[in-house]
Amino acid sequence: MPDNEDNLVKIRGLHFARGSSKIFTGVDIDIPGGKITAIMGPSGTGKTTLLKLIGGQIKPQQGTIHFHGENIPSMRTRKLYEVRKKMGMLFQSGALLTDMSVYDNIAFPLREHTQLPEVMIRDLVIMKLQAVGLRGARHLMPSELSGGMARRAALARAIALDPEMILYDEPFTGQDPISMGVLVQLIRSMNKALGLTSVIVSHDIEETMAIADKVYIISQGKVVGHGSPDEIDKSDSPWINQFVHGEADGPVPFHYQAVPYKEDLLAQ
Amino acid sequence: MFDWFAKIGRSSIDFFARFGREMILFIQTVIGFASLIPRPGLIIAQMYSVGVRSMLIILVSGFFVGMVLGLQGYNTLVDFGAEESLGVVVALSLVRELGPVVTALLYAGRAGSALMAEIGLMKATEQLSGLEMMAVNPVNRILAPRLLAGIISMPLLVAMFSAVGVFGGYLVGVDMLGVDSGAYWSQMQAKVDYNDDIVNGVIKSFAFGIVTTWIAVYEGYSCIPTSEGVSRATTRTVVYSALTVLGLDFLLTALMLD
Ligand SMILES: Nc1ncnc2c1ncn2[C@@H]1O[C@H](COP(=O)(O)OP(=O)(O)OP(=O)(O)O)[C@@H](O)[C@H]1O
Ligand SMILES: [Mg+2]
Repeated sequence: MPDNEDNLVKIRGLHFARGSSKIFTGVDIDIPGGKITAIMGPSGTGKTTLLKLIGGQIKPQQGTIHFHGENIPSMRTRKLYEVRKKMGMLFQSGALLTDMSVYDNIAFPLREHTQLPEVMIRDLVIMKLQAVGLRGARHLMPSELSGGMARRAALARAIALDPEMILYDEPFTGQDPISMGVLVQLIRSMNKALGLTSVIVSHDIEETMAIADKVYIISQGKVVGHGSPDEIDKSDSPWINQFVHGEADGPVPFHYQAVPYKEDLLAQ
Repeated sequence: MFDWFAKIGRSSIDFFARFGREMILFIQTVIGFASLIPRPGLIIAQMYSVGVRSMLIILVSGFFVGMVLGLQGYNTLVDFGAEESLGVVVALSLVRELGPVVTALLYAGRAGSALMAEIGLMKATEQLSGLEMMAVNPVNRILAPRLLAGIISMPLLVAMFSAVGVFGGYLVGVDMLGVDSGAYWSQMQAKVDYNDDIVNGVIKSFAFGIVTTWIAVYEGYSCIPTSEGVSRATTRTVVYSALTVLGLDFLLTALMLD
């Protein structure tokens, strides 16, 4: 297993803005290989955006994102597509292809990128479906799945090519306690057995802290705290405390930037 | 004071930037055709959904247009005692103008809007992002087969439209109004020229196939990924396609008659 110095992803001085709204203003993040890194933060801080930046779907205005020592934003398209074969991404919405069944969705990356015979693809797909508990649902179309099931099917697809790193966007949202437990177990076992690097974006602090090796908390464009789950738990930083313990009052505002409430109500 | 000047400048820069991006995407899509060579199945599936599914409306419309041409043509020609030439009038109107133009307009409404909405919804539901993250280039996998299928399907649809229209004209002119059947066909054969008429019609239909399908594909790919964005882009697709087809028809006709 790679040691702590061996960072698979290294983000330095990341600046990103959409139009006039600044989403990141100088973010440094290290994602160690073979470990589970959690990225947490209030809704709308740009966690999904961060994953898209790592996947090279959008380019930052400033800063570098190194993957295996190569800077993703400056890669050429062909190279970028090569690199993406080593990443799996679980989208918040699942993003299954709606014109094919669950089975074909999971077979899709295998058919696109490998020359495997159909019998072998079948075995691989069934193994991935078994892992997420949807073997019986393989003939359903994405529109016939619940939100939680769609997320699990998407996870099966994300691991279909056995990537080196998986980016999970809110894997636990919408899961019942049983499948949540199964997913936590699955993420952990893939990480241990296959040495997979995992990046989890999540609001489910308890589950995430339980499996993460390293935690980053971002808020308002900056990293406000990072460390092992223990360090985060014991931290006395008000930013971290507020988020981890879910207090309404604190440095992280619950409200989107706005004029004072009273002024707004009285305004004519 | 020079506000309007700056405004014109900014909007022209915007226009050319957008136009440039669109052209780059178009070229990338055409380059993407190469990736389809080992996978003809992708094109055939799309030809089914844009071509075969538009066939019924094209055939029915072609038949009616042909019948109307038969009626109108007969009424004008009979005054000059030239109703024998009805076959020529019907065939030339269809092959040179109405076939390509009406087919393209119907295609834009039937297949173009559906294509656009499909791609727009794929964008809205992150399926396009999903493909990118699976290292599958959506330009090659989604845009290229659809554009190519449209370009292949359009001339075929136009041919069907014109053929059915000729029979529609025959039904009205010969069976109902009593034009001589032999004259209808022989005059048509004698006067419709392969190079001047048929080839020109085919060139038009290819051109219309490219612009209508491209507008649909591009609007879908670049739409704002929300329900409102998709609905606006659908309207734009049909309006832009119709205007472009009519404008382009004038240009091509002017060039061809030259
Ligand atoms: N396509 C877009 N165009 C413009 N602004 C966007 C777009 N996508 C996201 N944003 C803005 O970027 C910010 C970050 O969005 P993002 O989706 O990354 O948040 P998030 O941290 O993933 O939130 P959540 O936890 O709710 O999923 C938001 O304030 C949002 O308004
Ligand atoms: Mg998000």
